[in-house]
Amino acid sequence: MQTRQLVDAGARWLFFVAAVLSVLILAGIFGMLLFNGSRAFPAISWVQFFFSSNWNPSAYGEPSYGILSMIVSTFLVTIGAMLIAVPLGVGTAAYLAEVASPRVRLFLKPTIELLAAIPSVAIGFIGIVVVGPFLAKVFGLNNGLTALNGAILLAIMSLPTIITVAEDAIYAVPTSFKEASYALGANKWITLIRVILPAAYSGIIAAVILGMGRAIGETMTVLMATGNATAMPRGFFDPVRTMTATIAIELGEVPYHTTHYYSLFAVGAVLFLISLIVNLIAEQIAARYRYKY
Amino acid sequence: MRKMIQFIGINSLRLSAIAVLFFLGFILWDIFSKGGSVLSVSFLSDYPRKGMTEGGIFPAIAGTVLVTMVTTLFAIPFGIAAAIYLSEYATDNWVNRLIRAAIRNLAGVPSIIYGLFGVAVFVEGLGLGASVLASGLTLGLLTLPYIITTTEEALKNVPHSWREGALALGATKWESIRTNVLPGAVPGIVTGAILGLSRAAGETAPILFTGVAFYLRYLPSGIHDEFMALPYHLYIMSTQHHAIEVVRPLAYGTALVLLSFVFILNILAFLIRYRYQNKSRI
Repeated sequence: MQTRQLVDAGARWLFFVAAVLSVLILAGIFGMLLFNGSRAFPAISWVQFFFSSNWNPSAYGEPSYGILSMIVSTFLVTIGAMLIAVPLGVGTAAYLAEVASPRVRLFLKPTIELLAAIPSVAIGFIGIVVVGPFLAKVFGLNNGLTALNGAILLAIMSLPTIITVAEDAIYAVPTSFKEASYALGANKWITLIRVILPAAYSGIIAAVILGMGRAIGETMTVLMATGNATAMPRGFFDPVRTMTATIAIELGEVPYHTTHYYSLFAVGAVLFLISLIVNLIAEQIAARYRYKY
Repeated sequence: MRKMIQFIGINSLRLSAIAVLFFLGFILWDIFSKGGSVLSVSFLSDYPRKGMTEGGIFPAIAGTVLVTMVTTLFAIPFGIAAAIYLSEYATDNWVNRLIRAAIRNLAGVPSIIYGLFGVAVFVEGLGLGASVLASGLTLGLLTLPYIITTTEEALKNVPHSWREGALALGATKWESIRTNVLPGAVPGIVTGAILGLSRAAGETAPILFTGVAFYLRYLPSGIHDEFMALPYHLYIMSTQHHAIEVVRPLAYGTALVLLSFVFILNILAFLIRYRYQNKSRI
């Protein structure tokens, strides 16, 4: 074989190895979380881990490792965020795809990208200095750093994802659907809510689930802006501590290779699985709408 | 009546778009108006003083730049190589579908999980310790799926005829990629790389335990030292400092610098894409 052909074959292998690396990284992350996480379990019982809401690993004598209140907290802020972000995001996506003039679109789309570019620590900062104090004043709370504060901030953070994906889905609805509706005498609004949105339904759901995934995995914003109380929250006006925040707070302080240290990896494994499942569901639903028309 | 409903409906869509704009506008206005008052040359070039209640943020800026450079050196070559494979070589079989699925799911892994991975593998496993290198590699992993996706997109936008032209002249596949495909994709690759790095520069969770420090009196002298970073500095100045109210203006200033840093990179990427789009429509 000539040198040129050898180089050609070598290049091919090099690129293949680089691509396979991404599979290895994903497997490595999962494997590492399972391996380190499982080492916490001779000391902690599975039942306590998943069903106790008492997380107090540094208690003298009898430390407890229940993550139930963290899971509830994570879903509380995420669902709150979705209640705010879904109507706003889908509304904005529909506006962009069906109402806005090309000039408005040209301005709005980069603006939304800019919103996505704001680092989460800056959003958390806004939660501390503006949104939290504002909520405290409006609702008469002692402290504005609550689940509600986190939900509002996470809503802002997941808006760009929801808008972009939902707009794609709405845009992908064939023009013939719209024309048929107009031909039957429907106006723009009726066409949008009776024809276009139902046709884009699965894509919009995928957008919402992707936005949820983003909110579940967000760390800095909830760490800074939700008060970080480990107790089981009773509602949106309570401070909460999510899974992400717990890892962020405690990993820096625990000695390596203790039960407490490994238990944080176990929390990470649960978080990883939840976000993996959320992403896979979004992918399945998105794949369905992509091949529909 | 129908007209009335349509009017309300369409305007409620418009209102939701305005609300989104309002969020962005409000965040920018708050940070830029309040951060602007502490911004000065000395704020950018000085070390923090008196328990970080005075002085500037120079080591945090330098640390962020340094760690982003390590991220670049790691993520860009690997990302481009993987993207070349996916765009130019990969056929539709189960191995390649697995690779694509892995990349999509890596993009959805929470950033704090990358932090855990960095601690277990880079800091401990490979014995790099808490350092610029460990943080840079952790951020590199986080950025990798993003670089791969945008680079693949850029490669796919190079017309097929460019590849075929080189192959027809007797070039091997690699030669056609090197001389015809890659040069045509450079603007797209650069845009994606800049955006990926701007995200990495603003991330806090992955560096929390892999090398960032609260306060250092010296700049890191190499990639094995700890470092200060802008996002972490903003975090401690707004939550961990002993006199939070006193340092609030400095926190605003830090937020302003961090946002400017990220926005400048984004605008740069936007300009490259814009310029290239106008040029290459053949």
